[in-house]
This record gives sequence, structure tokens and C-alpha cells, in this order.
Amino acid sequence: MPANRFNGNSDYGVGIGLRVPHYEHIFAKKPVVNWFEIISENFMVDGGRPLAILDQILERYRVVQHGVSMYFGSAEPLNREHLKRLKALVKRTHTPWLTDHLCWGSVDGRYTHDLVPMPYTFEAAKRAAQKIRQARDFLEVPIAVENVSSYAEFHVSEMTEWEFLNEVVEDADCGILLDVNNIYVSSRNHNFDPFEYLRAVPAGRVAQIHIAGHTQYRKYVLDTHDHPVIDPVWALYARAIEMAGPTATLLEWDDRIPSFDEVHREALKAKRYVPSELREAS
Amino acid sequence: MNLVELQRAVFEVTRQPLTPSERMRPRLPDGRSVREIARALIKPNDRLSSFERLQIYNQQYWFRIMGSLSEDFPGLRSLLGERKFEKLAVAYLNECPSESFTLRNLGARLEAWLRVHDQYIAGVKRAALDMVRLEWANIEAFDALDLPVISAAGAGKIAGGTVFRLQPHLHLLECAYPVDELLRRSRRLEAQNETASNAVLNFPQKARIRRSALPRPGKVYLAVHRLQGAVYFKRLTRDAFALLTALGEGKSLEKAIEASLLRSRRRVDQIGAQLQEWFQDWVSLGWFAPPGR
Repeated sequence: MPANRFNGNSDYGVGIGLRVPHYEHIFAKKPVVNWFEIISENFMVDGGRPLAILDQILERYRVVQHGVSMYFGSAEPLNREHLKRLKALVKRTHTPWLTDHLCWGSVDGRYTHDLVPMPYTFEAAKRAAQKIRQARDFLEVPIAVENVSSYAEFHVSEMTEWEFLNEVVEDADCGILLDVNNIYVSSRNHNFDPFEYLRAVPAGRVAQIHIAGHTQYRKYVLDTHDHPVIDPVWALYARAIEMAGPTATLLEWDDRIPSFDEVHREALKAKRYVPSELREAS
Repeated sequence: MNLVELQRAVFEVTRQPLTPSERMRPRLPDGRSVREIARALIKPNDRLSSFERLQIYNQQYWFRIMGSLSEDFPGLRSLLGERKFEKLAVAYLNECPSESFTLRNLGARLEAWLRVHDQYIAGVKRAALDMVRLEWANIEAFDALDLPVISAAGAGKIAGGTVFRLQPHLHLLECAYPVDELLRRSRRLEAQNETASNAVLNFPQKARIRRSALPRPGKVYLAVHRLQGAVYFKRLTRDAFALLTALGEGKSLEKAIEASLLRSRRRVDQIGAQLQEWFQDWVSLGWFAPPGR
């Protein structure tokens, strides 16, 4: 199950996000890390330090690309310039699969730079699936879409978020980047059972899993990626691994970033949830 | 309401600037009630009204783009002070929302916008425009394409008719104020400025910087360039600047020298040694690429 056609039949284990504050440590200490996830947009440039750093990383480590602005859910067409730059980066990194979010964030050529939740309608699902297929055909790499954290729900929705996710990935025939922290955050904000969500996820399509920390406010939970993973999220992770098998897992830590060792240690806790008989293989 | 109509309606509200207390405004500029729009679009829950739920996206939008612009223009912030910079940034971003998939391009239209809306830089107009040009050149130089360079050996073959291409990371700026010094003092680590997928907690309070006094006017000629991944500001003489500018315009070496001498009213024999020194320096910095086909 861990290696499937949605993650390029790879078996990557536990990785962490590549972040600027850790560069010095990584180059000096050369720590053993299964893989790094990069934010594609930070490297979709013509030259200079970002690409030089990336090339150095690629000499020693495996890299998977994660995007934040493809906006499969936006009604407007895919941005051709974006796709061209993304393809150049795919050729550079040889990422076995590529991920971005199942959300929208641009309209009429203007960008929010945010991950705005979808109206869960059949029209939106069809449009998103069409764009995912177009992107995959152009980029020639498997694509997995990530469920986002959300703070609002639309009246026009015709189904639950997990039904919408299923609708899209079945139609697009793509993978899922299952973010269990996002499921937890949304479940708290919208009063649903996160395990019900998990049960509905087609396990065979899970290409990768995200774990992260968040911030609890008085009336809502915000997906801030600035804390360790809390136990209820680990519980969801454990259930996801039971369902999908030991899957490539990535810890996101994007604000108030602690030392490399602390981030890596937190990520490696994920290994505890892989059944012992499968741990060797993963 | 179809998909695009819903997305337009949400974006129209979330891109409205926040109130001074960082809340969502109750009305759109045309007078429509945001509370009613939110109620029509968003389900409330047991803790938050439709308005409050939409407000989270309104705040996220502004926290993110204001944070990004602030990171990109520390020199302008330092020159204007935080309060004036914030006012300018809100007005600019309100009129010029991002049209790029990357936040890197957020400030691309700032100089042109400020030339039309100079009330936001009243009293420091020339210095502020110089600073914006310098800070945008810094962004461009940081990740511009690397073309092959003309080596020292290749430089030996340079003749009067040679046409160079300047490296895309090299930007030449004529400034009325020594804004390079001011920027060096107010610069923050570029390491802070990365795109990620997390939500943003607030305006970048931790990044606040002290206002700098307006420097004395004094013309400086700058080459903003990249060397081994880092961006530098190199001061040039007026003649060197003129020569490089002419070369950048595609003039042959001979014509570029003529053009720059015309400006300085000096003869070739007066600056021969100087020219050789300049070219050795510029070649060693990798500023020249072979002419394109």
C-alpha cells in the first residue's frame, strides 16, 4: 500500500520541510533525512541562490515538491506561466509525485495567496478534477491533492468535504495528500467527527500524509504550523496508517521554527505509529 | 450562484482593507452590507457568525500580503516610519492586488504606483522612489537567470565592435540620494521571507524597524548585482555608469565608449588605463555574457 501509482511507486518514509533557517545545519552536519519537501513556489525562479541551494540539496537528498498556488479549485483556467515554471522545476528535482491543495485562491487573474475552501458542489468538483488532469498531463508526474484547513463553509455546498474530496479524486484519478492536522482543525471548526472523515477517505489513493501543529483560539482553531503535533492529531495519524499502510509522511513547521534537530525529532515520532512488523520495510 | 460568481463575491469582500482595529469593514465601498453578503454566502456555527468566519479570511489575506511587502521593502519602511508605510502599503495593495502566483512579485508595480500617488511619500519623494527602485532591483537580482560569463581569457578577444550582454542580475541605478547606505542599515535577513502553507497570526509586529533620518542628497551611481548567490550594491563613477548603461542598451564597445565620453567630455587617451581597470573588474565580477544569437 505505501508505494502506489499516486506517489510514483516510491516508499519515502518520514521527511521534513526544507526551510531557510535550517540550511546552515543541513550543509554543515549533513543529517540523515529520508526526504525533504520543498515549497515549489520558493524555487520557481530563473536562477540565483534558491536554485543553487536546491541543487546542493539534490546532490544528497530526495525531494518532493509541494505547491501552494496552483488553485485547482479556482474557476479560472490554470496559469500557463506557472505550469511552465513548475515543469522546469519538476525536471530539476525529479520529484516522484507532486502535491498542491484542493482549494481556490485566485479569481479573474488576481491572487489571494491563501488556501480558500471550496464550495462542495458537483460543478466545483468537476472543474477541479478537469484542472488536475490538465496539470498532470502537462507536468507528466503523478499529482496528489491536499485537503485544507477551513474556517468557513458555504451555503451552496451539496455534500460534505470528504464526499467532495472523493468526487474530485475519483474523477481526476489522482492521489491524496492526506493532512490529518487539517482534518482535525476543520473538524473543530465545523463540528464533525474527524474519524468519520478518515473512514471515507479512499485509502488506496493516499500518496502522502501531512502532520503539523496548530493554534487553538477561543472560538476557532487556526492552522499555524508553529507547534508540535498534538495527541488527537497523532491519533488520527495512527488511524490513517492503519488504513493506508506506512505512507510517506511529512511534518510541516513553518512559523517560530525551532532547531533542525527538534523538528526532525518531532517528525520521527511518526515511526511509532507504524506497526512493528512493517517498520523495517518502511 | 455558480462557482465563479461565488469566488468573485468572496474575493471582493476579503480584499477590502481591514479597519484600524484589524476587523472586517461592515460595508463595501459601494455601500453594500458585508454582514448581509457574508450571511448569504457562509454558514454560521455555534461560535462564529457568518461575518466572523469570513473575517478570518479577510484578516489572513491582509496579514499575509502586508507581511510580504514589509519584508521586501525594509528601506522604504525605515525611510517613512511604520505608520506611513502601512498606510502606503494598504493603499497600494488595495489598488494593485497580486496578479502573480508568487508573492515575490507583489512589489513589481510599486514604483509606478508611487509616481502617480506621491502623497504617500510627501517630503521624501525622490529618496523614497530611489529606495523603491533599489529594493526592487535587489529582489530582481536575487533570483535572476545566470547567463554564461565572459572569462578573463575571453576578455582578451574584446574588440571595438564587440557587443556585450549584461547579466540579467545586473541593475544600474542613478540615485539622487545615497539610499544604498540607508538600506544596508535597515535590511533584515532575507531568510524570513518564504512562502509556506500555514495561516498567519497577525501583522508582522516582530519585524518593526526604527525610522531613519533622511540622508543628505548626493548623487550615487549603483550597480546592483549578484555574486556567489548574494546581492551587492556597488558604487560606480558617473563615467563607468554611463559606459555600462550604453553597453546594456546593446551598443558596441566602441559606440558605448563614445557615448560615455560625450557625456563626460573626456578623450579616450585620458581614460585608457581607467577603462582597462574597469573591464578587468567587471569581467572578474562576471557581469558580461557573450552576445546572444
